[in-house]
Amino acid sequence: MSLLDTKPLTGRVEEVGGPVFLADYEAGGGYVAAKKAITQMTPAEVIEEVKDSNLRGRGGAGFPTGTKWGFVPPGPSPDGGVKYLVCNGDEMEPGTFKDRWLISNNPHSLIEGMLIGAYAIGATKAYVFLRGEYFEPKAKLEEAIDEAKAAGYLGKGLFNTEFELDFRIHSSGGRYICGEETALLNALEGKRAQPRNKPPFPPASGAWGRPTIVNNVETYCNVPSIIEKGADWFRDLGLTEDAGTKIYGVSGRVNNPGLWELPIGTTIREIIEEHAGGMQDGYQLRGLLPGGASTDFLVEEHFDLAMDYGTIQAAGSRMGTGTMILMDDSICPVDMSRNLQHFFAQESCGFCTPCREGLPWIESLLLDIEEGRGQPGDLEVLDQNAQYIGAPGNTFCLHATGAIEPLQSALKYFREDFERHITEGRCPYRTNGSA
Amino acid sequence: MSEVDLIPVLSQEEVAEIEAEISHLPDRPSAAIDALMIVQKHRGWVSDESLSAIAHLLGMSTAELDGVATFYNLIYRQPVGRHVISVCDSVSCYVMGADGLAKDLEAKLGISFGETTADERFTLLPIVCLGACDKAPTMQIDEDLIENVSAERLDDIFEKYK
Repeated sequence: MSLLDTKPLTGRVEEVGGPVFLADYEAGGGYVAAKKAITQMTPAEVIEEVKDSNLRGRGGAGFPTGTKWGFVPPGPSPDGGVKYLVCNGDEMEPGTFKDRWLISNNPHSLIEGMLIGAYAIGATKAYVFLRGEYFEPKAKLEEAIDEAKAAGYLGKGLFNTEFELDFRIHSSGGRYICGEETALLNALEGKRAQPRNKPPFPPASGAWGRPTIVNNVETYCNVPSIIEKGADWFRDLGLTEDAGTKIYGVSGRVNNPGLWELPIGTTIREIIEEHAGGMQDGYQLRGLLPGGASTDFLVEEHFDLAMDYGTIQAAGSRMGTGTMILMDDSICPVDMSRNLQHFFAQESCGFCTPCREGLPWIESLLLDIEEGRGQPGDLEVLDQNAQYIGAPGNTFCLHATGAIEPLQSALKYFREDFERHITEGRCPYRTNGSA
Repeated sequence: MSEVDLIPVLSQEEVAEIEAEISHLPDRPSAAIDALMIVQKHRGWVSDESLSAIAHLLGMSTAELDGVATFYNLIYRQPVGRHVISVCDSVSCYVMGADGLAKDLEAKLGISFGETTADERFTLLPIVCLGACDKAPTMQIDEDLIENVSAERLDDIFEKYK
């Protein structure tokens, strides 16, 4: 049994002991799935297999990948125009570091997954939208693209068929909102990355008005093994109702912060204690953001829950990117909330009023409370405005909604900390007692 | 500045690189971000003059291109030092002490965030999560990611950047 049977995303990297380039990738069965899809399956059969696998978007939203692909009008466009396949490699969700690792260590699995996706939807142009700061991943991906072109896996007449794929990288100018898929498409078009009104959704009208699919890096990396080994095998990898593996990550005061590919549905406690080595001496875990900065805090009562889409949602949060940020007992929840709101206020694109005006206002109120200038009634004002700003539908996209998730949950689970700041007129976590 | 003066602001090399980007895009303005990054790569930043020249080359208004340029964190509309230090201020680094590191950096360099040292060696900027959260706190100098940064290591780290 190969490591790839249980760790399709990282197994080959573990076997090779470092970044996997073409010779190693092929020796581990690389591009067999792309060949199978393109020479032996119809696009509809590829989409059906991915649907059956129950693969869900690994960028955070968890939308079923095969269903999304199925929204693209099949076959050649009546007007002869192109379709686009785009990879969202704009990893900028604070606390998330899995896509950097995947691109740097297993770049051919991304290329092969995109090759299969492009065939499935009939795209002839593919873009990897990559964070501008990701210099090392970019170099690795460029090397892999060159290898794939030279080996005949990218370009024209692939696997002796008519199928062709032009494959490029767009380095982002840098802005968190580019991770929102319609903002990403505007950025790809050279514009300000403001989210678009929806509908139309990208599968109908995306990049340059053409049918477009946007998926996360980890999502595409799962596709080759689904095609090679089948939907049943993939579904069986999951421990709960979700399918496949997930790259989980832990950052914060643990003994062994890092990333691990585990069956989806592994419990939070197992990830923290068995893989991240538990908390460092002298630190207690108080809460965590399960999947990046825009997910609600979870606390002790949730730590035995399975990290999957449905379970974490039922607990009032989101699995998000699956990379959790731990808040230990040395961290002030008010100040951590201020740090989070600073990020969201800064990264708002500025188009919608509640987000542009509301988030800086919340940041400023949190700073007042943190520095001992909070007033009675401030928390109620925060509660109320969090509702106004965070309610989906008040803004074009979900940036403000995501910003409010960690705030509302901090106000709920760490209320006493917020109250103490106001009643004592100081931050109890600051040892010198002053701001 | 008249129209004929605008293109010569850009070097032949810059124009060639920008045209190469345009060649695989549906229209010229789509290359706006690539073009800004290309000019910045050659000059360190994007001046008003460069901006007008790029806009002319792409067939866009200067105002529209400035709207794009100022939207993005990595496009500099002011001169920067020979090396740019970008310090992560997002939550995983925060939990691991990034606020203290930020103060140490300011003290060490004698400048605040957004400023450049008098010898033009370093510009100090905040940056969003660099995606290396298991090795927090992190920062980036030019194109180098630097992990597990501590105040004690700063002298050694800076040695490489003259």
